[in-house]
Amino acid sequence: METRVLLKNRKPDRILDLDEYRASGGYTAAEEMLQTGRPADVQEVLEAAGLLGRGGAAFPMGVKLSTVAEDAPFPRYLVCNADEMEPGTFKDRVLIHTSPHLLIEGMLLAAFSVRAEHGIIFIRPEYENAARILEREAALAREHGLLGKNIFSSGFNFDIVVHRSGGRYICGEGTALLNALEGKRPNPRKPPPYPTVRGLWQLPTVVQNVETLCFVPHVVQNGAEWFRNLATGPDEAGTKIFSVSGRVRRPGCYELPMGTALSEIIETHAGGMAGDGRFKACLPGGASTGYMPESMYHQEMGYKGLSDAGFRLGTAAVMVFDHSACLVGATVNLLAFFARESCGWCTPCREGLPYMHDLLRRIENGQGRAEFVPMLREMAGQMGLAYCAFAPGAAAPVESLITYFEDELREHIETRRCPFETRGPIAGATK
Amino acid sequence: MLAEQIRAELEKQIAAADHPQELAVDVMLAFQEAAGYLSDTALEAAAAMLKMHPVEIEEIATFYTFIYREPVGQNVIHICDSVICWLDGSESLMDYICRKLGIAPGQTTPDGGFTLLPACCLGYCDRSPAMMINRKVYGHLSRERIDDILARFEHEEPA
Repeated sequence: METRVLLKNRKPDRILDLDEYRASGGYTAAEEMLQTGRPADVQEVLEAAGLLGRGGAAFPMGVKLSTVAEDAPFPRYLVCNADEMEPGTFKDRVLIHTSPHLLIEGMLLAAFSVRAEHGIIFIRPEYENAARILEREAALAREHGLLGKNIFSSGFNFDIVVHRSGGRYICGEGTALLNALEGKRPNPRKPPPYPTVRGLWQLPTVVQNVETLCFVPHVVQNGAEWFRNLATGPDEAGTKIFSVSGRVRRPGCYELPMGTALSEIIETHAGGMAGDGRFKACLPGGASTGYMPESMYHQEMGYKGLSDAGFRLGTAAVMVFDHSACLVGATVNLLAFFARESCGWCTPCREGLPYMHDLLRRIENGQGRAEFVPMLREMAGQMGLAYCAFAPGAAAPVESLITYFEDELREHIETRRCPFETRGPIAGATK
Repeated sequence: MLAEQIRAELEKQIAAADHPQELAVDVMLAFQEAAGYLSDTALEAAAAMLKMHPVEIEEIATFYTFIYREPVGQNVIHICDSVICWLDGSESLMDYICRKLGIAPGQTTPDGGFTLLPACCLGYCDRSPAMMINRKVYGHLSRERIDDILARFEHEEPA
């Protein structure tokens, strides 16, 4: 069943404006917390709630906040990561276009919890409309005393600026994002020190995804137990926005209890498979996660459940493939993406990804050899040696392709051609 | 290069910033807005405004997808070539636009009307296949829809 928390006020074609947001209880959590609470209260409730970072890494938000030391220097920064460039992911765009003030209030509370005075929303240039909405609504919040100096007469100051990126996937990596903000080439930094100790301009910086921040007012208002009970079972917590795309009838964003079965997401919410397609596989959380095969069709989609099964939920961008889709071809596409978007800083990524792309492209084009498969496995296994999570992410589809779809790879190699029909002029036209 | 008013506004922002280089992307985009692309002269002017070395600007200018270091057409088409649009035929759409405009990816039409570039996932997978022209995204593309969309630009008077 759909359980809307973040998307409860979703309207077909416009945002929830400030008056409507306040009428629905908006900014009361922040008002109460700023006037009567302590920064540690926010950290504690988020930790007890088990709110994990929704941007892909699933790091506990409460724990991250608590790593900003009591006596850490000022000013401190809160950065909202709205770079959302993981292929298949579009939940942050939908969230900003649904309820920008939910994000602003979430940032205010998160900032209060670490006493950060500077807020920055880092947004990809493709989301220009979202950037304009946020600038306009932040100005409105400022006029109403919800941002700026002495918010709710609490003595706490916090303001938000919107930073437009020049556009590059790696900027979504937390430490690369900090370099981008500093006007440097956005290569990732290798921690330690972690950004919460020395981040932007060497000062304490908390980086959180849009969706994670949007949960904060709800958790502060309703408590940890309420949040945990939103999930399907005791091992998971909260709801999750699934961005469903590919071969389904109704692609879109669906907010569901964490742990909802894949089959329910596809059949009940996304309208089932498109046309007469049968489920073949899906990438559960963007391009940096492994293919889930048909045997996992009823898998519970939560951070814990998927991780126990050897997969990652990532951003919960569920990309669905049917039996007409060539997964070798799809993986060639993913590797082309990763090879192009690599910042090129460290060797496994810079050298390994184009090599893997080339091997797999040869297989797809009927020029593959049997020894390419162990070569691909070997190189994918080396990707963990890179600086950041980019290269291991790029290896995930390749490793799962070899594990679950080796027959498909072998067929390409043995018959010296792609066994799938050429994609039609616009294959998706049947949707 | 830059209209006086825009330059004054940027200089005000730079003066108010704790670290001028945090405005590097904004300054590059402002120069690009004025001339369509970031020329060598503009790059040097941007560096001077930000008190950065031109090489530091070049290093980031060449890194970003949406900073153009070469002249582009009046309209820039970015076609999404990531996996969901690929599944829905983005390769054949790219071919179609290439043939229609008579250019290859990375090129500009001789009349300066359009530049064609690939793009990573635009975040519109629920409306695939998708493309972006200037900063506006168009989804659910088909050949007919591409014809309609491009016609709107072709009939526009040059700015």
